[in-house]
Amino acid sequence: MKNNTNINVEEIRKDFPILKRKVNGQNLIYFDNAATSQTPKVVIDSIVSYYSNYNSNIHRGVHALSQEATDAYEGSRVKFQKHFNAKNSFEIIFTSGTTHSINLVANGFKKILKRDDEIIVSQLEHHSNIVPWQMLCEETGAKIKVIPIDHNGELIFSEFEKLLNAKTKVVFVNHISNALGVINPIKKIITKAHEYNAAVLIDGAQATPHMKIDVSELDVDFYVTSTHKICGPTGVGVLYGKEEWLNKIPPFLGGGEMIDKVTFEKSTYAGLPNKFEAGTPNISGVIASGVAIDYLNGIGLDNINEYEKDLLDYATSKLLEIKDLKIYGVSEEKTAVISFNVGQIHPYDIGSIVDKLGIATRTGHHCAQPIMDYFKIPGTIRISFSFYNTKEEIDIFIKALNKAILMLS
Amino acid sequence: MKIKQIQEDLVDEFAMFEDWMQRYEYMIDLGKSLPLIDSKYKTEDYLIKGCQSKVWVQAELIDNKIIFKADSDAIISKGIIAILIRVFSNQVPNEIIKANTGFIDEIGLKEHLSPNRANGLSSMIKQLKLYALAYQTKINNE
Repeated sequence: MKNNTNINVEEIRKDFPILKRKVNGQNLIYFDNAATSQTPKVVIDSIVSYYSNYNSNIHRGVHALSQEATDAYEGSRVKFQKHFNAKNSFEIIFTSGTTHSINLVANGFKKILKRDDEIIVSQLEHHSNIVPWQMLCEETGAKIKVIPIDHNGELIFSEFEKLLNAKTKVVFVNHISNALGVINPIKKIITKAHEYNAAVLIDGAQATPHMKIDVSELDVDFYVTSTHKICGPTGVGVLYGKEEWLNKIPPFLGGGEMIDKVTFEKSTYAGLPNKFEAGTPNISGVIASGVAIDYLNGIGLDNINEYEKDLLDYATSKLLEIKDLKIYGVSEEKTAVISFNVGQIHPYDIGSIVDKLGIATRTGHHCAQPIMDYFKIPGTIRISFSFYNTKEEIDIFIKALNKAILMLS
Repeated sequence: MKIKQIQEDLVDEFAMFEDWMQRYEYMIDLGKSLPLIDSKYKTEDYLIKGCQSKVWVQAELIDNKIIFKADSDAIISKGIIAILIRVFSNQVPNEIIKANTGFIDEIGLKEHLSPNRANGLSSMIKQLKLYALAYQTKINNE
C-alpha cells in the first residue's frame, strides 16, 4: 500500500530478521512496540562482533582489547550526548534501564528531601515511576501529590499549577504515557516547575523511539530512557542529568569504577560519569545501543514520526468503524499507540485470540493501574506501531479483531 | 468418574476439532456450563493471583469430596477454569493432589501454561491443588 512519506518500508523490513518468522503458522505481526522494539541486524551484528573481536573489561586494562572496548563504550556515550544535545558527555550515564535510572535519581534525593517536602507525579505514570518515590517518601516523610488527567487522557495543567509551591522539590512526569500514547506538555511543565526551583525528571521511554529529544532546549534536569525501546538490546538505560544535579546527588550503587580512593575508613567517589557506573557495565549492550541510535538517525526521527502518524491515523479510522469500540487517550498530541476495548469483551480474550492469528498485542493494565482505575476498566488492548509496520498489517489485524469479536460475542 | 478418565474424555472431545479456532469455541462453550460461584464469594479472598483476568474459585468438602465453583470476567479464562473444575470437582482431596495435568498439553492449551503472568492456567491448577491440600490436612487431623 502506498505511503507518501520518506520511509521505504519494504527495504527497512529487510533489516529486521525477526519480521520473517512465523507465529502459530502465521506471519508475525508485531504490534507491541511500546513494550520493546525489534532489533535490526546491524545492532545484533555489533553484539556478535564485540564478543568475537574485542570482548574485554573497560577503563582499566592497558592491553589492546581493553582500549578498543573502552573506545567503543565511550564512543557510545558521545553518540547519546549528541543525540540528546547534552552539553557534556559525562552528563550521560549508562544504567540497566529506565527503572534503574529512576531509582538512581530517587535515591539521590534521600538526603535532599525533608519531612513535608513534596514530590509531584502524574496520574499517567508507569508503576516503576511511582514506587521508588513512595519508598523515598516513607524514608524522608515527604509527600506525593498527583496531577490528575481528564477524560481524553491529558494532564490537567491548571491542576498541576495549583500543586506547585515552595515545598515542591521534585516533579516527574512521563513524556508520553505508555498506556495511552498521549504526549505530555513537558516543556511547559519544566518551565513552570523551575519557577519553584523544583528538579524535573522526565521518563522518556515512550518518547525516544518516536521523536528527537533536545535536553538543552527543554532545560530538563533528568531525562531517562531504555535503549531496547529504540532498536537497541535489553538491559541498557540512558540517564541524562544536568552536571550540577549529578554532582549534588550521591552514588546509587557502591563498587568498582565509581571510587577514586578507598581505605577502610572512607572512600572518595570518582567524578562523572563513573560515580554512577559501579561495577562492570553492560559493555556490549552499551556499544550496541550506540549502533541502534545511529541506525535510527540514519532513517531520521522526523521521517519515522511522520510515517508512524500515518499508520496511527489509518488504524484509528479503521478501528472506529467497529461497533462498540472505544479508544482511550484521544488527545491530538499522541504517538502511534492505540489503547482500546470492544464493548464488554475482556481485553485478555481478544489478545489471546489475535495471538493465535500471529499478532502480538499487549493486554492488561500496562503497569498503569491508576489510569485504568480512572476509566474504571480492567485493562485495554494496546497496539503500538513502529516504522517497520505497514498498513497491510493493520488490515490483517482488523480482520483478526473482527474474527475475535465474533467468537467472543 | 476417576480424574484420569475425565481427562481422557476431554482429550477425545478436543481431538474431534480440526483447528484451534474450533477448540477455542468449544472451550468457550464449556465455560458456559461452569458451576458458578455465589456472587458473595466474588471477593479478593477468592481471587486467584497471577491471572490477567479475574478468576474466583470457592471450594467446599461434601462427603469427603471437594466441590469447586468458579467464575471469571474473561470468557477464555472461564472456559479454562471450567475444564479444570470438570476434572477436579467431586473428587477426594488426595486424588486431586496426586493428579497429573499433562492433558492440558494434549488438548492444545499448552500456551496457557507459560509462566508469563498474563496466563493464569498454572495459577489456577496451583490454587485447586492448594484447596485439596488444605482439606486433606484437615481430614488427616480429624
